[in-house]
Amino acid sequence: MRDAAIMPLHLQDVSLHLDGRAVLDRITLDLGPVGCTMVMGPNGAGKSQLFRILHGLREPDAGRIDWNGSATKDARWRQAMVFQKPVLLRRSVAANVDFVLHARRSDRTRVSALLDLVGLADKAGQPARQLSGGEQQCLALARALATDPEVLFLDEPTASLSPASVRAIETIVRGALDRGTRVIFITHDAGQARRLADDVVFLHQGRVAAHGPADTFFSNPPAGVVRKYLAGDILN
Amino acid sequence: MQSLSDSFLLAISLVFSGDQNLWEIVALSLQVSLSATVLACIVGLPVGALVAMARFRGRGVLLTLMNALMGLPPVVVGLLVYLHLSRSGPMGFLGLLYTPTAMIIAQTILIAPIIAALSRQVLQDLNAEYADQFHSFSLTRGQAGRALLWDGRFALMTVALAGFGRAIAEVGAVMIVGGNIDHLTRVMTTAIALETSKGDLALALALGIILLFLAMSVNAAVQALQQSAGRWAHG
Ligand SMILES: Nc1ncnc2c1ncn2[C@@H]1O[C@H](COP(=O)(O)OP(=O)(O)OP(=O)(O)O)[C@@H](O)[C@H]1O
Ligand SMILES: [Mg+2]
Repeated sequence: MRDAAIMPLHLQDVSLHLDGRAVLDRITLDLGPVGCTMVMGPNGAGKSQLFRILHGLREPDAGRIDWNGSATKDARWRQAMVFQKPVLLRRSVAANVDFVLHARRSDRTRVSALLDLVGLADKAGQPARQLSGGEQQCLALARALATDPEVLFLDEPTASLSPASVRAIETIVRGALDRGTRVIFITHDAGQARRLADDVVFLHQGRVAAHGPADTFFSNPPAGVVRKYLAGDILN
Repeated sequence: MQSLSDSFLLAISLVFSGDQNLWEIVALSLQVSLSATVLACIVGLPVGALVAMARFRGRGVLLTLMNALMGLPPVVVGLLVYLHLSRSGPMGFLGLLYTPTAMIIAQTILIAPIIAALSRQVLQDLNAEYADQFHSFSLTRGQAGRALLWDGRFALMTVALAGFGRAIAEVGAVMIVGGNIDHLTRVMTTAIALETSKGDLALALALGIILLFLAMSVNAAVQALQQSAGRWAHG
């Protein structure tokens, strides 16, 4: 019997202090069972640290996190994450994907299909670390998808990609969404957020400055920091 | 007593003449030290990986101990192994004293700490880089350790070569537990010591030349490995 889904997710007053500074400040948030949540906000707002906590790489100092009744440590193996700075193994492109499939006792013949998906099939034999920055992010995405995650965290996965590659990644993300994967996605690109988001979370100085459905978020952005950010004003 | 230049010419001709006595000594040296290196890796690499990944109380003390053991004097190792293997020792019944096996045991004990300590350093740096990613994949400790060992393979081969270099060049341990018995436990270093004291400089020099050549080959291999490591490590 399959365990119950790990979504919806509920956060209650989650805080994180680093070097005596509140990086996350009493975050309370509810994320529904399906769709794509875009997380936005200025540099240093705490987006990546929030992901680390949700993915169980860091413990919050306060607050409660509830994955549909499960704790984060029990939910992590059903999540995957593409880091802002991908860490690739010192192996070939194909071996990076194969490693994950093997570790998860998954079907290892899927390597070529996964590489095809992210457009790296012709680089399968190359040392992964010699890929370009954008290609490395594509490989990290292929590896994350190899785990068949229920929840996929993407931390600016298209930050160093050309427009064509951005669209290719977005198509892959849509495919994952269609298969029922819950996607939580950090971006600075408002156009991308508009294209993919079902709802948008806006972080500012470690707090949730806004959270709402994408259409109203963009058609009628909340006054204050969000409106300024979307207008390109400098926030800190 | 031969003059130095005569001895040198004789030594060169010995090296290239395929002198059976000489090559028997070289072969035993390689057999003993390569075996010891393999055994020391089997013990030392997992210890290095484990200590690199684990956080526990007393870890700092263990690291100091491991680093200190890297400098074990060969004669002390030889003596300890001798005490255990001698007829009155706790493992005397095995009858291993003055056999190549005893020499392998001594050299393994000598270099296992070197392999463990150096590989711990290499793997700890690698683990710092990989730890979050491995947690993200929900790897077991064993999976993570094996992945570290594989991804550190080039650096670890240089670690193994460092161990081999130390083993093949040491004389104190093999002298004590091997006894330098002709055709049985005589290796390059003990033969050099003996032949020099006997005044047979030609054989001593010939062995010295081969030992030097081996040392340089090890160095060349280390450099080649570092280049391969760079190819896989850098973007
Ligand atoms: N290890 C750390 N020690 C101390 N402070 C840290 C540490 N890591 C991150 N921070 C601080 O936490 C804050 C939030 O960092 P975070 O990486 O979450 O920002 P972000 O919203 O992802 O920004 P960006 O859009 O630039 O990626 C930053 O001000 C950063 O300086
Ligand atoms: Mg970030």
